[in-house]
Amino acid sequence: MKMNATRRKRGAWTSWYLLFLFQFVAVLWPPYYNKIEPSWMGVPFFYWYQLLWVAISALITAVIYLATDD
Amino acid sequence: MQEVNWIALSIFALLFGFITWLGFAAARWRKGDLDLLHEWGLGGRRFGTIITWFLLGGDLYTAYTFIAVPALAFGAGAVAFFAVPYTILVYPFLFLVFSRLWQVCHKHGYITAGDFVRGRFGNRWLALAVAITGLVATMPYIALQLLGIQVVIGALGISGTGLAADAPLIIAFVVLAAFTYSSGLRAPASIAIVKDVLIYITAIAAIIVIPAQLGGFGKIFAAVPTAKLLLAVPAARTTGAYGAYATLALGSALALFLYPHSLTAILSANSSRTIRRNAAILPGYSFVLGLLALLGFFAIAAGVDKLPEYAAGFKQFGNNFAVPALFLNSFPSWFVGIAFAAVGIGALVPAAIMSIAAANLYTRNIHREFINKNPTDKEEAQMAKWVSLIVKVGALVFILFVPTQYAIQLQLLGGIWIIQTLPAVMLGVYTRWFNSWALLLGWAVGTFGGTAMAISVHLTPAYPLTFGGYTLPGYTAFYTLILNLIVSIMLTPVFNAASAQRVPLDATVAADYQT
Repeated sequence: MKMNATRRKRGAWTSWYLLFLFQFVAVLWPPYYNKIEPSWMGVPFFYWYQLLWVAISALITAVIYLATDD
Repeated sequence: MQEVNWIALSIFALLFGFITWLGFAAARWRKGDLDLLHEWGLGGRRFGTIITWFLLGGDLYTAYTFIAVPALAFGAGAVAFFAVPYTILVYPFLFLVFSRLWQVCHKHGYITAGDFVRGRFGNRWLALAVAITGLVATMPYIALQLLGIQVVIGALGISGTGLAADAPLIIAFVVLAAFTYSSGLRAPASIAIVKDVLIYITAIAAIIVIPAQLGGFGKIFAAVPTAKLLLAVPAARTTGAYGAYATLALGSALALFLYPHSLTAILSANSSRTIRRNAAILPGYSFVLGLLALLGFFAIAAGVDKLPEYAAGFKQFGNNFAVPALFLNSFPSWFVGIAFAAVGIGALVPAAIMSIAAANLYTRNIHREFINKNPTDKEEAQMAKWVSLIVKVGALVFILFVPTQYAIQLQLLGGIWIIQTLPAVMLGVYTRWFNSWALLLGWAVGTFGGTAMAISVHLTPAYPLTFGGYTLPGYTAFYTLILNLIVSIMLTPVFNAASAQRVPLDATVAADYQT
């Protein structure tokens, strides 16, 4: 009973959600990634950097899901 | 135009025949009483993680997106890649805001954003504004899906004048209308699985086969003019292309799930947990979209716009012909058939969901609210089925008789309009602090101000805001959302003071938003 009473309600705020901020910072500042080098297999930085962040953001979301789901 | 490509056309027709059968058969899938609106219009809210992944993926990443984003890369270059940060940033909102919205909608049987706003703020006029905005923003979006079909049909070599040229599109439309009417949301849900598998196959094949033909990514990017390869570095005293890129991505991300078809797919999930899981796995589609955006550069490197056999296609469809021409140029005919079917079927899934979403809005927030207050369940579902047909006829007439450019411009305006429902819907999920009349005025100022701003820049996405000697070009929808919020926040205390109504008319309680 006690466990249930203290359990966080799903949907309530948790500081895990702050992890979401990383992707906003990473992709909303174009001066940082608007460049050719370092290119990767002929693909300019601009393109592979943003594609890489698709994968990173999915991982971050997965971590948040696993950390907050009970 | 080039000759009819019979092999590609046969495969295209075969796959189309298959999904037609599937669309009708879907009525019996996870069987429910289709005379109930939530069964017809939300698939009975029964879809689990995997089906929701296919359905939302098929719904959000539309055929038009797969044509238009590479076309933008082909024509304008790096700016087209805003689709990637855009589709990264949508998922925190899906995870946080829309899983909560699912909870409260499930608890109260809400089917549309208008239903939620009606319950949360107790103001049917605000709900009407949300519903009409959804309807008006959805219509040109459906028309653009039909445009996606039109482009691939043209690329298959079917041309002519008058009815003969339009016949395939009309057939596709009749198929779409018939299975949506009979099976409701179950039809696009089952077809989405086929569509997404085809899209993934096509994207992976394109990203492996075409660079090999063109001599590798290094050669492809070397063929792209320098001006298109990166965003233009802003001059002094302006945020230039950087500000436009970032606000386009963020504004589009804020707007996406406000579209009625997005919410319809979200609400058809069986739990808010399904929604949160999907926020982690849907980026798979974002990755494919990013890869497909690169097809625009492949098309530049292959020089398809300079080949005489595709000149007529480019003349008719403009840069939207870049991807179909690239496929024709790079793939054997049988695979062209598969790739084009992916686009064609890819158009039917969102078009079906959009028409269902529009039908739900009209039925719940206009007809039931203002015309027939006490329909039976069956009358309500029947009304929605008819409205879904009317909406599609409207879209078909639009695409057949109105120049394409208008559909594209209206869809651009649609983004500005739909984002004005954000304060009531997305902030409404967290707070009822706002006065509903202040929200309505904020919506009006955002909608009409945004439309005027967009017209003043000749219906291009970015508005050059000037501020203390600086020019800040940014996505008009984003700027007008801020305007809307300022009006809503400033007027809330004013309306509260003027109103005798002290008790909030909120049909929901805090616990409804959590599991």
